[in-house]
Amino acid sequence: MRVLGIETSCDETAAAVYDSERGLLAHRLYSQVELHAEYGGVVPELASRDHIRKLLPIVDEVLSESNSGPDDIDGIAYTAGPGLIGALMVGTSFGRSLAWSWGKPAVAVHHMEGHLLAPMLEDNPPPFPFVALLVSGGHSQLVDVRGVGDYRLMGESVDDAAGEAFDKTAKLLDLPYPGGPALSSLAESGRPDRYRFPRPMTDRPGLDMSFSGLKTFALNTLKDAIAQHGDPLPEQIRADIALAFEQALVETLAIKCRRAIRESGHQRLILAGGVSANTRLRSHMREIMEKEQIEVRYPRLEFCTDNGAMIAYAGWQRLRKGAHENLSFRPKPRWPLNE
Amino acid sequence: MTTQANYHLPNLEAQMTFGALLGRTAPPSALVRLEGDLGAGKTTLARGLLRGLGYEGTVRSPTYTLMEPYEAAGRHCVHFDLYRLADAEELEFLGIRDLLAGDTLILVEWPERGEGVLPTGDLRIDLNYQRQGREITLIPQSEIGEGWLARVTSEASGFF
Repeated sequence: MRVLGIETSCDETAAAVYDSERGLLAHRLYSQVELHAEYGGVVPELASRDHIRKLLPIVDEVLSESNSGPDDIDGIAYTAGPGLIGALMVGTSFGRSLAWSWGKPAVAVHHMEGHLLAPMLEDNPPPFPFVALLVSGGHSQLVDVRGVGDYRLMGESVDDAAGEAFDKTAKLLDLPYPGGPALSSLAESGRPDRYRFPRPMTDRPGLDMSFSGLKTFALNTLKDAIAQHGDPLPEQIRADIALAFEQALVETLAIKCRRAIRESGHQRLILAGGVSANTRLRSHMREIMEKEQIEVRYPRLEFCTDNGAMIAYAGWQRLRKGAHENLSFRPKPRWPLNE
Repeated sequence: MTTQANYHLPNLEAQMTFGALLGRTAPPSALVRLEGDLGAGKTTLARGLLRGLGYEGTVRSPTYTLMEPYEAAGRHCVHFDLYRLADAEELEFLGIRDLLAGDTLILVEWPERGEGVLPTGDLRIDLNYQRQGREITLIPQSEIGEGWLARVTSEASGFF
């Protein structure tokens, strides 16, 4: 079975073709596409989230790269939510209409289910069950994944996402936005224990997270440091603060993951989302989980961030079980994972 | 006519309480511009305001999602953060026109990123970081804003 997947839930316009026999045949984000002369030669700079003008060229691109015509595609999957209503509307109406005109089944996919199943796109997919930590600019969630379609949200951020806390603290440190990775490289020259940040929501039970307070703590720390050392702050002090922040965030995530693993009884932890690329997070998590004898896996980064491949894959999982939509389509900006 | 009002909010609790007061006194439809630097407490104030409207669920930062819709006691509220907009034109893709035409309380963080598309609105709220707490300034931009401010000042007297 060959499935075309379409993702337009937020910033990225993405499409992919997944084949159940041959695996992933093509996948593209609009931002990566080298537009050819057939699109007019001169390509205008399109606004972010202008999915309408971006979607057709990249669907064409993945179809031609995978040598797929309408007859080769067995179903069309599109992200129906959660996300921005205007953005979701483009992908759902396009996906549903194309499936109708080609006479193929269409299936609505939950964006987070796509993320949870993304590790399955790897050559050596992790067996179920596992705990997944999704940490990115937009998400901080711990999910108990027992199988396809069997998910339980264990905990999530009640305010800022982990990646957002990185980006905003980076901005406070005068690094360009979004500056999560720049903050991490600044932290490399930081001296440990010069500053001490709190580990939010770790002193009480539960798997919910909160990272907004770390940003405010960073702001207060910076103001105090400027009063003491002068403005602009010496590079070493900025690095010390960056390190203290990063350590607090990483340790908080590790504490929550250990709790989630113990609560679930699973033997495997999947780290996904842009923040999972953070080297300090990876090494600290490995250290903590080795003690628990837990295997830690990371999907490759291009499957961690928003992409069409995960939607095509999740769509295939639904289509093979006979799921398909009727002729109507309904984007769901708010869509709980277990519905 | 009240031109503007100024309050000192000494801690997080006061920020939330003042936000709730804004929510309780809010008109059914208005555009609120929330201005202030990173960490000034814009999202905290919005969270308090939504509590005042009667919304009890989680109020997440809208920085990544750009907008978060809420419904409480039959009222609609949308919380925007335009920080990640590269161009005000992108507001069109977020459906801003429909929202402005409907009965919705619209809260906008980083409204300057929507300049040219986003209207002046009804109430401007400036938040400023202080060593202890935050300073909040309410500046009405319309008759709706003036009426709202009058309700706020009468309820706030004695508490803030």
